[in-house]
Amino acid sequence: MEQKYIPSKYMPPKYIPKSSLKAWLAKVKDDGRHIYAPVTENGKTNFKRVKSVDEISMEHIQTAQSAKGAVFPRTEKLFSYAGGQQGDVALQDYNPNDIPDTVVFGLHPCDAAAFKSLSGIFSWGAKDRPFDERMKRVTLVGVSCGRSDVFCFCTSVGGHPGSAEGSDILLTAVGNDGYLVEIITDRGQALVEKGADLFEAAAAGVSKEEHLASVPVRFSVEEVQRKMAGSFEDDIWKKQSARCIGCGACAFVCPACACFDIQENAKGNGAGDRIRCWDSCGFSLFTLHTSGHNPRSVQSQRWRQRLLHKLCYMPDRLSVRGCTGCGRCSRACPVDMNLAEHLKEFERLKV
Amino acid sequence: MADNIYLPYLATIEKITQEAPGVKTFRLKFKDEEVARSFEFKAGQFGEYSAFGEGECTFCIASSPTRKGYIECTFREAGKVTSALARLEEGQTMGFRGPYGNTFPMDEWKGKSLLFIAGGIALPPMRCVIWNALDTRSSYKDINILYGAKSVADLVYKHELKEWEERTDVNLLTTVDPGGETPEWKGQVGFVPAVLEKMNPASENTIAVVCGPPVMIKFTFPVLDKLGFKPENIYTTLENRMKCGVGKCGRCNVGSKYVCKDGPVFSRAQLEALPAEY
Ligand SMILES: Cc1cc2nc3c(=O)[nH]c(=O)nc-3n(C[C@H](O)[C@H](O)[C@H](O)COP(=O)(O)OP(=O)(O)OC[C@H]3O[C@@H](n4cnc5c(N)ncnc54)[C@H](O)[C@@H]3O)c2cc1C
Ligand code: SF4
Ligand code: FES
Repeated sequence: MEQKYIPSKYMPPKYIPKSSLKAWLAKVKDDGRHIYAPVTENGKTNFKRVKSVDEISMEHIQTAQSAKGAVFPRTEKLFSYAGGQQGDVALQDYNPNDIPDTVVFGLHPCDAAAFKSLSGIFSWGAKDRPFDERMKRVTLVGVSCGRSDVFCFCTSVGGHPGSAEGSDILLTAVGNDGYLVEIITDRGQALVEKGADLFEAAAAGVSKEEHLASVPVRFSVEEVQRKMAGSFEDDIWKKQSARCIGCGACAFVCPACACFDIQENAKGNGAGDRIRCWDSCGFSLFTLHTSGHNPRSVQSQRWRQRLLHKLCYMPDRLSVRGCTGCGRCSRACPVDMNLAEHLKEFERLKV
Repeated sequence: MADNIYLPYLATIEKITQEAPGVKTFRLKFKDEEVARSFEFKAGQFGEYSAFGEGECTFCIASSPTRKGYIECTFREAGKVTSALARLEEGQTMGFRGPYGNTFPMDEWKGKSLLFIAGGIALPPMRCVIWNALDTRSSYKDINILYGAKSVADLVYKHELKEWEERTDVNLLTTVDPGGETPEWKGQVGFVPAVLEKMNPASENTIAVVCGPPVMIKFTFPVLDKLGFKPENIYTTLENRMKCGVGKCGRCNVGSKYVCKDGPVFSRAQLEALPAEY
C-alpha cells in the first residue's frame, strides 16, 4: 500500500512516546485552550471538553457523535436583540471573543476530512462568520485508525485510515509505545512547540502503513456518483428507503451534514437570541411550505436528497464530497439501513 | 452587517397599506443613514424579514430599484412570522437582510415587448419589474399586463392598477375568477389561462413573465406554447422554503440548483432542465 503522507514543510515525521502524550496535552491545555477529546461514559464514547487529560480514552473504533460541534455547534447564537418592536430595538452582533482556542484531539481521518466538507458548505459565496471564527480557532489532532469495523468505508470515498487530510497534526500508533507524528500545518507546528522537548526524531525507516486498519474498497465512488446522477426518477430510492422512519439520526451523527434551521430563542420582554440549530433533510417539515405544499413530501424523496446532496450536488457545486465513510449513520440507524450497502447498489444499476 | 450575514439591518415601518383581506404592504426605511443611502438591489431579488421575537420569513422586494430611499414588501398573513409582522404598526421596527438571489435579466430584455401574467398574491415580485420597466419606459416596446385574482376584494395594489389602466403606454387587463365579480366590476371574468388565450398577445420579440400559484402556472404555460412563446423567453420565480437565503442551510434546492442563489428567477428553459422538486 502506498504511503499517504501529505507533503509538509515539517517533514520528516516526529515521534512521541505514549508516556509523554498526556504531558504534552496538559501543556497545551494549561495554555487556556479547550480540549475536546473522546471520553467514555456508560459504555459510550463521545467528544467532550475534558477538564483533565486523564479522562481521554482511545480504545473506541468510532465515537457515536462526530467532532463537528467544535465548529458547528448543535445550537449557536447568531446575534441578540432587545427592546421589542417599539422603535428602540437594539441588536448585539455575534461576538467571536466568546470563542475559546480549541484543540480537537483524537479524531479519526474520516472526521478530520469532514471538516473540509463543512468548510465547502460554509464558504460557498457569502462568508459565514460564526463558522469561520470557530475554524480560525481550532486545531485538529487526528489519530490514524488501527482498527475498523464492518460499517467503515473511508477507502471507498477517497479516504484512508492513515490519511492526514483535514488534520493539523496526525498521530499514528506505531507499536504499543508511541506515536508517529506528522505535522501538516503551521497550526499543528505551533501546538507541537508547546512541548517541543517531548517529541523525538522518528526512527529511520519507520512506516505507519503496517499499523493501520485494513478497510477494503467496497465500490467505485466515481461509478456510483455517475449512476446516481442519472437515477433521479429510478425506483431505487423507494426500495432503499421503504423502511426509513425519517428520524434524522443519520444527519445528527454525520460529521459532514451541515443543514440547519434558524429559530428565535425569545427570553421575554422583547429580548432574545436568534439561533441556528442542526436540522435534517430527512424530516418532512424541512421543506414544507406554509401553504401545505411540500416539494419533498415522501420519505423516498428525502432519502434521495440526502444521497444526491452528498455525492452529486456537493462535488458538482463545491468540489467536496459530503460523505467521508465514517459509517456512523449506519451504526445509528434504528432500522438498520446501511449506507455503504446502498451506495454499492447504485454501482450495479443499469443507467 | 458586512461581517455577519445573519445580522439584519434595522428598518422603520414608514407606511402600511392594507391591500386586500390579510394582505399588507410595508414601506421600510433603513435606520442607518449610510445603509439607507447605499442600499442597492435589482428586480427579482428577495430578503429575509425579521419580526424580533418571532423569527424571519422570506419575501421578494416588491418596490422598484428605480425608487430610492425605501423598499417595500407585500405579504399575506400565513403563519407565525407573517402574523407577527401583520400586528406591527407604522413607526415600529423590524429587520431586513438581503438582497439575495438572482435578478430578472432586464438589460437583456431591452428593445423587446414585455408581457406580465400574474395571479393572486404573486403580483409583488412582478410589481417590482413592472415599475422598473415603466420608470425606464423607452427601453422597452409594448408592455402588457394580465392580472387575475380570486375576487375583486383580493386584487392587490388597487391604486396602482388604476394608474396603469389610465396610462396609455401600458395595457392592463384584470380578471377575477367566476363568482368573484361584483356588480360594478368592469374587468374580465375567468381564469388567467383562459383570459390569456382570449387576449392573444403577440409572441414575436416578446418576453413573458409569469408568477402565480402552481396551478395557474401549470395551465398558463401550454397557452404560451400555443401563442408561440419559446421556453427561453418565458420567466417565472420559484418560492421554496428558505431559512438562510445564502446557500448554506440546505433546504431550498431543486436538484443541484439553489433557489436562494441560482434563483429565484428561472426561465422556463432552465426549469425544464431541473427535476420536479418545487
Ligand atoms: C423567494 C420567496 C419569495 C417570497 N415572496 C413572498 C412575498 O412577496 N409575499 C408573501 O406573502 N410571501 C412570499 N413568500 C412566501 C413566504 O415566505 C411565506 O409565506 C412565509 O415565510 C410564511 O412565514 P410564516 O412564519 O408566517 O409561516 P409559518 O408556516 O408559521 O412558519 C414559521 C416558521 O416556523 C417554521 N415552521 C412552520 N411549521 C413548523 C412546524 N410545524 N414545526 C416546526 N417549525 C415550523 C417555518 O420553517 C418558519 O420558519 C416568498 C417565499 C420565497 C421563498
Ligand atoms: S453519510 Fe454516513 S458514513 Fe458518510 S460521513 Fe455521514 S455519517 Fe459518515
Ligand atoms: S435558503 Fe438556505 S440554502 Fe437556500
